[in-house]
Amino acid sequence: MALEVDLDGLESEARSALATANDADALEDWRVDWLGRRGRLTTVLRGVRDLPVEQRPAIGAGANRLKGELESALAARQAELAAAETDGPTIDVTLPGRRPPLGSLHPVTLTRRTMERTFRDLGFDVVEGPDIELEEYNFDRLRIPAGHPARDMWDTIWIADDDSGGPRQLLRTHTSPMQIRYLERREPPIRVIVPGACYRYEATDATHEWMLTQIEGLVIDQDLSFAHLKGTLEAFVRRMFGGEIETRFRCDYFPFVEPGAELGVRWQGDWLEVLGCGMVHPEIIEDAGLDSSRYTGFAFGMGVERVAMLQYGVRDIRHFYRNDVRFLREFDRFRGSA
Amino acid sequence: MDVPLKWLAQYVDWDLTVEALAHRLSMAGAEVESIKRSGGAWEHVVVGRVEAVEPHPNADRLRLATVEHGGNEPLQVVCGAPNLAAGQTIAFAQVGAALIDPSTREPRKLRKGKIRGVTSMGMICSERELGLSDEHEGILVLDTDAALGTPLADVLGDVVLDIKPTPNRPDHFSILGIAREVAALTDGAVREPLDSYPEAPASAGDRTSVQIDDPEGCPRYTAILIEGVRVGPSPQWMQDALSSAGMRPINNIVDSTNYVMLEWGQPLHAFDFGVLRERRIVVRRARAGEQLALLDGSNIELQPDDLVIADAERAVALAGIMGGAESEISDDTTTILLETANFQEASIRRSRARHTETGTEASRRFEKSLNPELCELAARRAAALIIETAGGQALSGIVDAYPGKKHIPQVVVGQPRIEQILGLLPSVETTRGILTALGISNRWLPPNRYSVSCPPWRSDINVPDDVVEEIGRIIGYDNLPSEPLPGAVPEHDIDPERILSERIRDVLSGLGLREIITYAAVSADELDAVSPDGGSPSIQLQNPMNTERDRMRTSLRPWGLRTFGLNQRESRGGLALFEVGKVFLPNPGGLATERRMLLALIGGDLSPSMHGGEQRPLDFYDAKGVLEQLGHGVGAEFAIAQHAADAALSPGQSASVTVAGQSVGVIGRVEPAVASQFNAEGDVFALELSISELAPLIGGAVTVASPSVYPAAVEDLALIVDESLPAGELEAAIRGNGLVEDVELFDVYSGEPIADGSKSLAFRVHYRSPDRTLSERDVEKARRGIVRRLASQFGAELRDS
Repeated sequence: MALEVDLDGLESEARSALATANDADALEDWRVDWLGRRGRLTTVLRGVRDLPVEQRPAIGAGANRLKGELESALAARQAELAAAETDGPTIDVTLPGRRPPLGSLHPVTLTRRTMERTFRDLGFDVVEGPDIELEEYNFDRLRIPAGHPARDMWDTIWIADDDSGGPRQLLRTHTSPMQIRYLERREPPIRVIVPGACYRYEATDATHEWMLTQIEGLVIDQDLSFAHLKGTLEAFVRRMFGGEIETRFRCDYFPFVEPGAELGVRWQGDWLEVLGCGMVHPEIIEDAGLDSSRYTGFAFGMGVERVAMLQYGVRDIRHFYRNDVRFLREFDRFRGSA
Repeated sequence: MDVPLKWLAQYVDWDLTVEALAHRLSMAGAEVESIKRSGGAWEHVVVGRVEAVEPHPNADRLRLATVEHGGNEPLQVVCGAPNLAAGQTIAFAQVGAALIDPSTREPRKLRKGKIRGVTSMGMICSERELGLSDEHEGILVLDTDAALGTPLADVLGDVVLDIKPTPNRPDHFSILGIAREVAALTDGAVREPLDSYPEAPASAGDRTSVQIDDPEGCPRYTAILIEGVRVGPSPQWMQDALSSAGMRPINNIVDSTNYVMLEWGQPLHAFDFGVLRERRIVVRRARAGEQLALLDGSNIELQPDDLVIADAERAVALAGIMGGAESEISDDTTTILLETANFQEASIRRSRARHTETGTEASRRFEKSLNPELCELAARRAAALIIETAGGQALSGIVDAYPGKKHIPQVVVGQPRIEQILGLLPSVETTRGILTALGISNRWLPPNRYSVSCPPWRSDINVPDDVVEEIGRIIGYDNLPSEPLPGAVPEHDIDPERILSERIRDVLSGLGLREIITYAAVSADELDAVSPDGGSPSIQLQNPMNTERDRMRTSLRPWGLRTFGLNQRESRGGLALFEVGKVFLPNPGGLATERRMLLALIGGDLSPSMHGGEQRPLDFYDAKGVLEQLGHGVGAEFAIAQHAADAALSPGQSASVTVAGQSVGVIGRVEPAVASQFNAEGDVFALELSISELAPLIGGAVTVASPSVYPAAVEDLALIVDESLPAGELEAAIRGNGLVEDVELFDVYSGEPIADGSKSLAFRVHYRSPDRTLSERDVEKARRGIVRRLASQFGAELRDS
């Protein structure tokens, strides 16, 4: 006897039964009724082999398709019931989020901290010194006496005479006076950096500010050579700008070092000066009460803003102290740890 | 300093490209700032030869030249120059060349043109059309055997290195100085220029004298007398050399002195000897009111500290800066006094700043501090050149007043020192080769030392390490070894203020505030504005960048408020800024007292208007919340008391901040009258702390409490108190109970049914014990204790709920 198979009828019957299943138990009953081992659709599928040969392919394919569709319908009904079980209404997840404020550190702080951390990793101490300095420390004791041509290298902002008869004071033009102050209270081995503000009587433009942040370095120990200067500063630059960076040392002049040099890095094709450096002048070592034939060392100094300009692609140094929030916001993505 | 390579090549040879030469010089310390090519690019201008000259059919003054130019066919050119002749080698401008237009002096493209009906296929150039000089009377005839068609730039052009000398190297202001660098860098040797000349039997010393009244200002003055000179144009080679280095040729005498200045770096000056009263030189300070007419046509009134060159009666030159007009070399001059002197740099700098705008070639060199030993070398060289170019004869000898003569020390440097500093030891041959090429005389002192002396054109070889630098820089720093630091890591300082400053930056930026860094200089008015009740004295700057802002800040407020105001326009919603920075307090007779401060400023709305979000202006309690969180974040127990004695803050919305009874700052609303002076609008709330005062009060050993494992009991406590009683005092009293873990004030109410003059405060109190579960009795006992205490201390009554 030929088996009558009405797939369309089965489907509409199954779907209307599913629509009336309102909880997990009812859904399970429905599954057993229709898709279980003895379910009605399963029975149809099993019966396909008893059909006349010519009917088998059409009925078999149709029953298999229906099985897939009923399984999807079951999953959709399960999701619908799960959604209906929560309390709240459905919300528009595309509305904007409420953002907690994201503060930021100033880019000069970010770069200064990166530089400090890099030197601390190399065993350096970090100390600070006064912004208002004695002429003696800023110049004379660094071998830059009054009238010396090298004084022209630093245009100075002086403190007005307060009639107290005290020695002449100025806004330090570099952080180098801390070399002398640190040597006054510490014995070798010395390995220190000094971050701080410096001031220059200099017209402001895209690459010059009258106020700037410098990091000074001083290393003194027995028998340190230019090779140690190179090794240390190359390590710093690699950690700061990445291991692939190309560096070069060019002869330069600073009265308190001999030999003196400038460290350049190749940055986007050009050589850019990053810092001034050199072997500490033997007179400065002797002035500190040390034997310069035994103790040698090196010093260096660099501008934090200049490094920040390289790091962040800042084109105009005046952005730093203008503090436009639209500029500061650009640094939200950077979190410099101290 | 412009160094033309053709001139440089007179003294030294090199086998490097221009770029490589410039690089080597820069790396060794003579920084080449730019490489300039003189004479312009001269595109489409080539060496040509005039093959034939014929008359122009339609013009008497024009002729037709047939020019061979290395191209396929000779070209016909119309030319009006009187000196045109067949066989001349000339500069031929092809169509398309950019030539200098005589009327505008700007380059203009040459086109094919018809002149009086005859086509001209280019131009035979005068010097003016090439931009070489104003000469346009005739065409430029070249003296070259270069092939026809060779670009003119290869024949006439020169490359000029623009070198920026460091202050220790006045010799880099001279072509010979650079030549010595090149020689050392290329293993070469310098060809020294000739400096000998015949001398007449009569002695210069019998005819003139030099008296130095100010030996400090003038350590040395030498004079050479040359008789019978014929003043006229200097030879072409000298004019070309001067022009290529950027100096204008004047006459053979002046050009010779300028030539030697560029060659040796030593400025010289020639006086018309016949004009000098009593035929003698006095170097002295100017007299009050003394006048001097200078070579540039200006008349100056001299000051008593101006150093002048004078004759027996009057000033004839501003020493080291510019000669006087009266003693200038003229066409009638026959006898000259050639001055080669040394002047103190500070004196030159002072007079230069006073009397000239930019200084002169001479003053620029003297300000670099020249070695007085250089005078004689330069003097002899200049005398030789003057006699060569202007004829005449030098009287014998040099009148040499040299009060500043110093012993020239021998500097002895050992091989161990070289190795100690450079990290490698170059061979004796290498070392001596470098020193010799630099012109530094040296001897080998076995077993391992060198003895050297500073050459006359330098002053910077004084200690052994100066010699070490010479060796290191010529070998090249990039060729020195590189090593990591050896030895122990030194002990580190602990700076609590610095640590606290960094911690504050982290906490505040974490709370959503933005860090700013502002300038340290402010105006006195700005300081007064932020301290309406009279601020503390401030440190004044002698030469501030901005004449208004001539004080070092004693407060972060002026720039903080200004920055706040600047940003208000651009910030939707709230604005929260902070700065951690120094203020500077005067300390008469000593260095300033530098204190670290924190200023945080907040204002505006809590958040931009947004769907369903809370929208309200930020107020005092938001600022206070920042303070409280900062206290948690840095471990400070901030206490605040109503009303800060600070006239910049609103009296009713301000408080003093203390830690352990010590004042560390203030918090409150900035008076609108104060904020508006900095263009900050609306309510701005400030938190200001002295980090220097706070740092010693916090820190120390910390013991972190373990969280209790026992449950808390929570109860609400509503109290009715006098309306004026600060809630903080009640809260502190509740916290005083040993079982109270935390207290939150959750409601403040006054009005019905609370009696007038009273208010209701509702606290949620969390009780917990670290070592047991509290029973109801425990809690009740604690509550009764608290209520009793509040009743007796504040008259508080329990509100019936």
